[in-house]
Amino acid sequence: MAKILEKRLIRKPDVYFYKIAAPLISKKALPGQFVIIRLHDKGERIPLSLADIDPGEGTISLIVMAVGKTTHEFSTFNAGDDILDLCGPLGQPTHVEKVGRVVLVGGGFGAAPLYPIARAFKAAGNTVTVVMGARSSDLLIYEQEMRQVADRVVITTDDGSKGMKGVVTAALVQELEQHGAGLVVCVGPAIMMKFVAQATRPFKVPTIVSLNPIMVDGTGMCGGCRVIVGGETRFACVDGPEFDGHLVDWDSLMQRQKGYHREERESFEAWKDRHRRMLDKDHQPLCE
Amino acid sequence: MTDSRAAKGVAAKKIAPKKTPIPEQDSQARRSNFGEVSLGYTPGQAKLEAARCLNCAKPACVSGCPVGVPIPRFIQALNSGNISTAFDIIKEANLLPAVCGRVCPQESQCEQRCTLGKKFEPVAIGRLERFAADWIMQSGLTEVPKIAPSTNRRVAIVGSGPAGLACAYELAKAGHAVTIYEAFHEPGGVLLYGIPEFRLPKRIVAAEIEVLRKMGVQIVVNAVVGKLISVDELLSEFDACFVATGAGTPKFMCIEGENLNGVYSANEFLTRINFMRSHSFPEYDTPIRKGQRIAVVGGGNVAMDSVRTALRLGAGEGIIVYRRSEEELPARREEVHHAREEGVRFELLTDIVRIIGRDGSVSEIECIKMGLGEPDAGGRRKPVAIKGSEFRIPVDMVIMSIGTNPNPLVPQSTRDLALTTWGYIVADDRTGETSRPGLYAGGDIVTGSATVISAMGAGRRAAEAIHGHVMRKQ
Repeated sequence: MAKILEKRLIRKPDVYFYKIAAPLISKKALPGQFVIIRLHDKGERIPLSLADIDPGEGTISLIVMAVGKTTHEFSTFNAGDDILDLCGPLGQPTHVEKVGRVVLVGGGFGAAPLYPIARAFKAAGNTVTVVMGARSSDLLIYEQEMRQVADRVVITTDDGSKGMKGVVTAALVQELEQHGAGLVVCVGPAIMMKFVAQATRPFKVPTIVSLNPIMVDGTGMCGGCRVIVGGETRFACVDGPEFDGHLVDWDSLMQRQKGYHREERESFEAWKDRHRRMLDKDHQPLCE
Repeated sequence: MTDSRAAKGVAAKKIAPKKTPIPEQDSQARRSNFGEVSLGYTPGQAKLEAARCLNCAKPACVSGCPVGVPIPRFIQALNSGNISTAFDIIKEANLLPAVCGRVCPQESQCEQRCTLGKKFEPVAIGRLERFAADWIMQSGLTEVPKIAPSTNRRVAIVGSGPAGLACAYELAKAGHAVTIYEAFHEPGGVLLYGIPEFRLPKRIVAAEIEVLRKMGVQIVVNAVVGKLISVDELLSEFDACFVATGAGTPKFMCIEGENLNGVYSANEFLTRINFMRSHSFPEYDTPIRKGQRIAVVGGGNVAMDSVRTALRLGAGEGIIVYRRSEEELPARREEVHHAREEGVRFELLTDIVRIIGRDGSVSEIECIKMGLGEPDAGGRRKPVAIKGSEFRIPVDMVIMSIGTNPNPLVPQSTRDLALTTWGYIVADDRTGETSRPGLYAGGDIVTGSATVISAMGAGRRAAEAIHGHVMRKQ
């Protein structure tokens, strides 16, 4: 069991920040790694990237967007509640070294796991630019945090409500044309990572992406998270989650991510139904 | 000589030539439930079967048992109606009799060497072992074994499958403080995530593990050794460490279409169902695809478990695709028999060539017929593809059950640990000693995929060596 120490709604209506007591994990975890949680004994195991690691206070932080049953259910958890199972750190950490200029690209709430990665690249003596994009300004998260660790933060919004109008790839290309880079690291939705990898290819900049396939155990024993990289089958949970973006078979990844769409909807609908009834019941006095 | 004399004795005693039949769930009814197939002997049936044992002076059966259960002794106890004594005798050697009685391939172990088997069917040793264990459990007589006074020695065990549990049991009995580290959220390893409920009810695994807890064994779950804590750290904290992480990484064939939706490794398929209970989705949150026509590639126990599980999820047809012939099927005879009874179709001497998809999901498999060529070094005839014999089978799910590789987490993260070229840990057969002093290993991480009981045997032997090692330490 792991206790939630702090919970905040950081983006209305659906993105939450959690600080969790995890003394052992926080001592071992490195940027780029993830944990698997299970909320209760009927729950599923879901992977979540680490948004922060604090070995001093023995905590890890997670940023979770409520998109389906488990994440919505998680959003009903509060400070003081326990998560039944917290397993980690899992996956290979980001390979951090001094390469000169590093551009980190984050999309949506993918910006969160980039935060410890940015801090590590900065600490390794790199010049760090963060390009972060969202559909509109109110959907941006972690901007202040990023400004604290990066040399420069470039914001893009699809609707132009903040920063550059357009998608992250346009800003990235501009950055590469003007300043160049020794490395690009991208975390975000698969479709965005695919286009980022395409955008950096002509510049021949090594591009690391953090893949997000469906996982079950997260320890290499099932292969549910298998991805094709450079024509070979790899397990994202133990070989990754980070891979060379220029070698990833994106279409296969995105196809596999959709493998349970029907079941996910079914589960979410059933939960909403139950949850509503539960809430209704709460509003009635239990006894006279 | 002894054998033939014993066999003559058989005739003289007018012993029933066949095993006492065991009651089973009807083959049609059980296809739609996860209840146990084999229902177990009644006390009367057990007594009848126990009476078939010749009580050989030099029992060959014992040498066929990887943990050396004193078989004739426990059967004689059953014969005289003393079930509780029978159980105590079994427990001298075997921590998990209710499990082993159910899942051991007795036909290639104890029962293969049974003297009675030379002339008739061998004594049903497995069924009797199971009977004694179940009877004790049902009567609530399960006792925590006597534990030696504390030695003040601490041993860490990595992995809570059969090898780790058996090692923990012996070490705890000897008075050592034992801590098991398990990566999953519940202990049991393959007993929990691999072997289905209809063959091994989970309450039995839980009950047997509960005994360990009562013996004072600490079990730390969600602890991935190699990530959360390393073997090197364990060795500095504990007096010795036993690694039993299994061979849990599934192999894939790297054929076209293998990453389509609806293609599972048997490990993933069985983990979702046995461990995450996705057969009860959406009551439980983990989803599973429910195919109508399912192909399982492979012929081992895991393949049989997968195809029979798929039928229970509602598949209309389950097909085993195996590249060798019936004779070479590595699965337990009884499971092949049960699968046949449940209507599984066997495509033998057939290999899968590629998987064909529609809209990202499996729609067909392309197979090729195989012939048997020259025997290989191990004496098995090598299957050879017959040119031009390709054919297709429409299916909507494929389960790859072609074996496993060692899990890389411990081998990758441990200093100076000698490995085989295949990534298994090099360990002494008798003691489990590895290239690191104080570090022992056993089970599938050393031998590759084998049986529950051979893993337990390795755990037991390592426990003895570890006991010697830690007692020598100041």
